[in-house]
Amino acid sequence: MFAFIVRRIIQAIFVMLVISLVGFVIQQQIGDPVRDLVGERVTPAEREVIRDQLGLNDPFYTQYFRFVINACKGDLGLSFFYKKPALEVIVSKAPATIELVLVTALILILVSIPAGIYAAIYPKSWFSRIVMAASTVGVAIPVFLTAIALIYLFAVELNWLPSYGRGETVNLWGWESGFFTWDGLKHLILPSASLSSIMLPLFIRLVRAEMMEVLETEYIKFAWAKGLHRQRVWYVHAFKNTLLPVITVFGVQLGILFAFTILTETVFNWHGMGYMFLEAVERSDTSLLVAYLVVVGVIFVVVNTIVDIVYGFVNPMVRIAGTK
Amino acid sequence: MKKLFVLCLTVLFLFSLGAVAGAKTLKVGLDAGPVSQDPQVQLSGGMLQFSHWVFDPLVRYAQDMSFEPRLAEKWERIDALTMRFYLRKGVKFHSGNPFTAKDVQFTFNRFYESPDFKGLFEPFDGCHIVDDYTVDIKTKKPYALLINMAPYIFPLDSKFYTGKDETGQPKDAVVKIGPSFALKNESGTGAYKVTEWEQGAKYVFDRFADYWDKNCPGNVDKIILTPIKEDATRVAALLSGDVDFISPVPPQDFKRIRSDKKAKMVTVSGGRIITVQLNQKRRAEFKDVRVRQAIVHAINNEGIVKKIMKGTATTAGQQGPKGYLGYDPALVPRYDLKKAKALMKEAGLENGFECTMIAPNNRYVNDEKIAEAMVVMLSKIKIKVNLKTMPKAQYWDEFDAQAADMQLIGWHSDTEDSGNFSEFLTMCPNKETGYGQYNSGNYCNPKIDELTMAAQSETDLKKRTAILQEIEKILYDDAAFVPFHWQNHSYAGKNKVGIKHIVNTMNFPYFGDLVYK
Repeated sequence: MFAFIVRRIIQAIFVMLVISLVGFVIQQQIGDPVRDLVGERVTPAEREVIRDQLGLNDPFYTQYFRFVINACKGDLGLSFFYKKPALEVIVSKAPATIELVLVTALILILVSIPAGIYAAIYPKSWFSRIVMAASTVGVAIPVFLTAIALIYLFAVELNWLPSYGRGETVNLWGWESGFFTWDGLKHLILPSASLSSIMLPLFIRLVRAEMMEVLETEYIKFAWAKGLHRQRVWYVHAFKNTLLPVITVFGVQLGILFAFTILTETVFNWHGMGYMFLEAVERSDTSLLVAYLVVVGVIFVVVNTIVDIVYGFVNPMVRIAGTK
Repeated sequence: MKKLFVLCLTVLFLFSLGAVAGAKTLKVGLDAGPVSQDPQVQLSGGMLQFSHWVFDPLVRYAQDMSFEPRLAEKWERIDALTMRFYLRKGVKFHSGNPFTAKDVQFTFNRFYESPDFKGLFEPFDGCHIVDDYTVDIKTKKPYALLINMAPYIFPLDSKFYTGKDETGQPKDAVVKIGPSFALKNESGTGAYKVTEWEQGAKYVFDRFADYWDKNCPGNVDKIILTPIKEDATRVAALLSGDVDFISPVPPQDFKRIRSDKKAKMVTVSGGRIITVQLNQKRRAEFKDVRVRQAIVHAINNEGIVKKIMKGTATTAGQQGPKGYLGYDPALVPRYDLKKAKALMKEAGLENGFECTMIAPNNRYVNDEKIAEAMVVMLSKIKIKVNLKTMPKAQYWDEFDAQAADMQLIGWHSDTEDSGNFSEFLTMCPNKETGYGQYNSGNYCNPKIDELTMAAQSETDLKKRTAILQEIEKILYDDAAFVPFHWQNHSYAGKNKVGIKHIVNTMNFPYFGDLVYK
């Protein structure tokens, strides 16, 4: 186990270096951050002076090494727009995104599992048909369209829910949370509904397919033959074995969910990491961009490592590569 | 424990709601927010808007473009080089310090520390204190636009910005990227002071109790400004009642807002001209005035304003809009396809040619669509245009590098005067003087240079008007650039918000004067 963790840490460092290098190459293409710092009238000579001060005119490798050395000390540079350390900006924006993803995940679990099971048990019922048809449509509609449609229906026309932002938040030990106020919860509904609309069809279909497959297996037939109550056959014997692949896919999709927050957060003016990322691209806030890539990289490496370790514990058939 | 904590917070929150129940709060949704609290760190529309809320200029433009006294009660020219400003007495800064001539001088000198402003104040010689409430502002040469620069002078509290902050950096340092005292603190004389600042996400301004202007009709106690970048979201926020005021309004939503009973819309003609420059250095064809004229004649300005801008723009045939000194009503758009074809034939190019074009896609209202329309229109005179559009973050480097034969640029005059257009867009590009900095067409006519320089120092209004009009006429006859239209500013708000009286050509909504019934 120890060897595995050490190896993972070395891998992680290597991954970080590659990500930051890629980030640095991209940032050269994204545009000149100084353009966004000054008015349009500022002469090229003045801009050059500022570029010099910011060290943007140094050769690529000098800039990159400076960045790596500072990063080792935990300093990922100053954001050009926020005029604060980039890491601080990212940390302050993270709660918004994490809460959005959490609520979305909750919706996914609470809706997809019952709907999927129902559709598997009663594939011919009209409700199952509607769910299946709706999920096909759901896959096809892009998330920003869903978001705008929801805003127009529930915020503009019906006036039931707020149209943008996070609403009233409560600061709990530095974590700006929208969970503890009625206003904050109301603001969460539309964004999480649109974000879950991308994944919901996939999960309903996945649960349904897995469940149908399990229902055909020998041990379920045996359970029927034993005369077990059908509730028990469905919800205990069959459902348990449906869950394993669902959990695996869920783990992978969670990362993708974070990626989709970029669009959702933009439409809902939700000031999380996704919104910050898109704005940083538009403003060519390159130092923030690179810092974001590095931070997201770290999160992915850490999450994957934990998942690998946990998987080994949960399922003894899976052996962590490299351990005996 | 946690529950108790949340309960306490909820109670506190309810109390705070009760406390402000009688107060008027205005929720504003703009496409972007100010980038810092230092009015001198960046010269941009967003920062000037902010300066008008939190600071006060010496003079400002009224709706009819006349100069309205603010911190300067009156002013007079005492000789060819000097303007004397008599300052208002009894004005207090947010810090409580009194406002005097020293603050004006402090602010004036600080312009030269700012890369954004130093160019603008280059023609000036200095600001001299006469007594506590009188200053003389001098220029190096006679300068016609001395008073036009006074709206840029937003006096800062010299006492407040003197000394060093905890990091040992002088408090008045002009710093582009953090940390600095002036970026995060303010003490102006304006109607609002900053109470909450979440960069790019949320800004809260509270009415300043000791505001000097007792005749000011404004009755809003608190402004909550949220930048909402996405057009559809901004409109939805207004229609759902989550904000009270938005700007800009995307043209595709005009109809929707006008038909809403709870909201209204106001548009104001603006001074920003949208043009396309034809690069004569890259294309020999563009050296021929007949080809340039043919292109101008092929552009249906009227159609673009009607179809793409939904009527919120004014078709243009020259640089400066109506109300500017150089405006000549005879110089109208010239759409005439037959003539355009004839001109191409005359130039020996009836079979046309192929060329490249670049345009930004998030800088001006519908910039990408305008460029696309131009491509279609030019195809009718057999000019095949390969258009590439890109976000503004990448555009300006390409523009400076003159990466394409045709380049789109919009321009608003800093001085609200016609001369500024020529100085940047149509004078011969000259790296040393900086004139013609944005002339990517490389149109170069010594006569224009000569006239523009003459207009700068001509203080006689009549003579100056004649010179500026002559410039416009020459540019029109030479088809020096392709004019499209002047962009309008658009605002929308709930019916109770008195938008009409606070908006102006400069796009600086004066929230201090806003009446919210």
